[in-house]
Amino acid sequence: MGILDSKIPSGPLADKWTKHKNDINLVNPANKRNIDIIVVGTGLAGGAAAATLAELGYNVKTFCYQDSPRRAHSIAAQGGINAAKNYQGDGDSNYRLFYDTIKGGDYRSREANVYRLAEVSGNIIDQCVAQGVPFAREYGGMLDNRSFGGVLVSRTFYAKGQTGQQLLLGAYAAMNRQINRGKIQSFTRHEMMDLVLVDGKARGIIARDLVSGKIERHSAHAVVLATGGYGNVFFLSTNAMGSNVMAAWRAHRKGAFFANPCFTQIHPTCIPVSGDHQSKLTLMSESLRNDGRIWVPKKMEDAVAIREGKLKPTQIAEEDRDYYLERRYPAFGNLVPRDVASRAAKERCDAGYGVNKTGEAVYLDFASAIKRYGKEKAMTSGIKDPDEATIIKLGEEVIEAKYGNLFQMYEKIVDENPYKTPMKIYPAVHYTMGGLWVDYNLQTTIPGCYCAGEANFSDHGANRLGASALMQGLADGYFVLPYTIGDYLSKDIRTGKIPTDSPAFDEAEKQVRNRMEKLMSGSGIHSVDYYHKKLGKIMWNKCGMARNAQGLEEAIKEIAELRKDFWENVKVTGTIESKNQELEKAGRVADFLELGELFAKDALQRNESCGGHFREEYQTEEGEALRDDENFKFVAAWEYVGEPKDAKLHKEDLVYENIELKTRSYK
Amino acid sequence: MVDGKPNNEQQTTNNYITMKLYLKIWRQKDASSPGKIVDYTLDGVEGDMSFLEMLDILNEELVSKGEEPVEFDHDCREGICGTCSLQINGEPHGPDRLVTTCQLHMRKFNDGDTIVIEPFRANAFPVIKDLIVDRSAFDRIQQAGGYISVNTSGNTVDANCIPINKHDADEAMDAATCIGCGACVAACKNASAMLFTSAKVSQFALLPQGRIEAVERVQNMVRQMDLEGFGNCTNTGACEVECPKGISLTNIARMNREYLSASLKG
Repeated sequence: MGILDSKIPSGPLADKWTKHKNDINLVNPANKRNIDIIVVGTGLAGGAAAATLAELGYNVKTFCYQDSPRRAHSIAAQGGINAAKNYQGDGDSNYRLFYDTIKGGDYRSREANVYRLAEVSGNIIDQCVAQGVPFAREYGGMLDNRSFGGVLVSRTFYAKGQTGQQLLLGAYAAMNRQINRGKIQSFTRHEMMDLVLVDGKARGIIARDLVSGKIERHSAHAVVLATGGYGNVFFLSTNAMGSNVMAAWRAHRKGAFFANPCFTQIHPTCIPVSGDHQSKLTLMSESLRNDGRIWVPKKMEDAVAIREGKLKPTQIAEEDRDYYLERRYPAFGNLVPRDVASRAAKERCDAGYGVNKTGEAVYLDFASAIKRYGKEKAMTSGIKDPDEATIIKLGEEVIEAKYGNLFQMYEKIVDENPYKTPMKIYPAVHYTMGGLWVDYNLQTTIPGCYCAGEANFSDHGANRLGASALMQGLADGYFVLPYTIGDYLSKDIRTGKIPTDSPAFDEAEKQVRNRMEKLMSGSGIHSVDYYHKKLGKIMWNKCGMARNAQGLEEAIKEIAELRKDFWENVKVTGTIESKNQELEKAGRVADFLELGELFAKDALQRNESCGGHFREEYQTEEGEALRDDENFKFVAAWEYVGEPKDAKLHKEDLVYENIELKTRSYK
Repeated sequence: MVDGKPNNEQQTTNNYITMKLYLKIWRQKDASSPGKIVDYTLDGVEGDMSFLEMLDILNEELVSKGEEPVEFDHDCREGICGTCSLQINGEPHGPDRLVTTCQLHMRKFNDGDTIVIEPFRANAFPVIKDLIVDRSAFDRIQQAGGYISVNTSGNTVDANCIPINKHDADEAMDAATCIGCGACVAACKNASAMLFTSAKVSQFALLPQGRIEAVERVQNMVRQMDLEGFGNCTNTGACEVECPKGISLTNIARMNREYLSASLKG
């Protein structure tokens, strides 16, 4: 099967990870002190990996473009983290979490990786509690759980609507302890500009100090990339403004294969776009679908009246509302997976039932949850025969305790009170399942270059389930990478320090300088944002929630033209040798302009619909995704050979020994 | 602003009327150059725009004229990463309450308003460029003791092994909500970092896992806080009013208690 070796250990599924840990080589503690590791990105995966590697005794250097590791975008994850603890006694198990994740990913992920993820999920919760992460608790002092989409158990642990923040601050604290010990050197406001290969192995990076503009060389025995996803290729997404693909793309250009770039998650519940000035989109957590009901008007005339501002949603009678998820998917209802919920919203809006002035919004309504909780609260508070107003007051208090920060966020942005009128939501780009191809050890196709968290492709197939990104980031960082990287480094104990004055470093630095000079020398017609917005429009219209062959072919052409225009005519103000945010943006957009083309090419070759990848030509009569296991049960790993459209496809066949492939159904 | 209410809360309906604004913005080339206020006029601002989107538009205009855009820190633009700062008309994160600058919307302003935009001001937060300041002092305070010394092993006790009273867990969470933006320092006439430091001390003081190192933690963190050049607390309470996450002054009282008891033990 080509040149891709996934290195999945032999043996029964449940024993693979234990067996692998027993089989791989270790580095003794005295030798670890002589080995250097670079970690790029300090979110959940990078922060956790850096802290753990330093605890083990390696010398770690971390790099982040933010002014502090605490600001990585993992911090914005809201709803929670999954773990198969079965604290609720509802029949959860490692196998069930494994099964849900494979099914949720529409059978496009690796069995062995996903099982390992489920297996270590419980350890993550134990570790985080020991670190002082203040998870939500019940009155008896035990940890509380909630439900997320695509599953039938309650396995999601949470800290209000700020779970990502609390987990990241946990990893940041673990890093701080090692910084204090001198085992981690933290480089903030630094960007990785290129990966340096010496004799075919990853041996360092070229970084730019974003304050002084200085170009720096850093060497190490291995390089870990934990730099997040590439959702900002769409310009508008729920990612942070600075989130970018540069580190992963630079590695790709140096030989790391890029896998399944077209697998992108469009999250169903985001605040709709309000105008051309919009710079980013804000997510409303999936946890809201535990209690919120999604609907649009049943009658076209009502939808029109709402759009014209003549009717309010609260004036529409119950029987005139179309709770379309509950109607189409009675078993999972409002908690279907994200790809399914997003497409269903698009279907209703395309049919003309959208509820804001652009026609691209549906309602997320808490009225019935407020009543339900209000009645329950009145009962437990001993209030007999409560009136309507009391019930609503009590119910709103319960909702506020659960989702207060999200409701506040919504109100600040939209200027409407979501306790009194339903939220308006619409799908937006949120997460990228694709990323650098890695084997079971999380090593890319470049020896010594590892990739963890959202930046790799490994665990979520064609669609990620809610509350699984935090799980994967921390699993990779705390419990997988620190073991597997030792196997590789065990061969490096006699290597000694890697010098930075070698021809490989000279050449890499020269290329970085040339590229920046080229960026600065554009004719100066349009700003960087102008090109980024144009790219985003092409991506959203032709590579978004629904794709077809004709649109994808056009996208490939249009992106190539836009890229040429960019390099000739972009305007970058300021200088290279100083703080320069325009230059930072330009470098990132230049890489998005290449990735976008590969994205479209990947979507074009995958003649099936699966998970977040929906090709209009491949759907059932009811409009559900039509998967083709016969021809597309593989990971598409792309090798860089020049122009992105010329990339060479390598296939990793996916083998299912423990799960029977079925049509995914949430009905 | 003593009553904690925004100046013009009633003006929340002017979403679709465009505004003309007179901006006075601090420009400074780098840490070693002197800075000054520069005037800009910006037309066509809509109420639905966020404050940072308004600055984006100004920057687009500046770039198109070949001028250097105004640099400011920002990242998540949803109020959680703590990157954005800005002293707006003398208040950290501007006139609205419980929001960061990225969540502040232009509907809080009126057509014809003059808006003064400066970096956060404190000796411990030196200006890097324009509106960007260096807040690495906060990282160093955390590095001095803002953690629980537990290695990653996968063999710690089961997460439900130690029950934690819900009230304590909730209070720890409220303290842990701090985003490290520095508004408390910028709001304080003494440029004190007590609210920031006490939030972390409180989070761990309230949890059984954190009690074990409580004595060393509070001493080390307070020592580092003083070394960085932050001022003392004189109980003015401006920090609590301006904190975008509503971190309570109670945390400062708790830290003082922890510090005193650590001194007696130590």
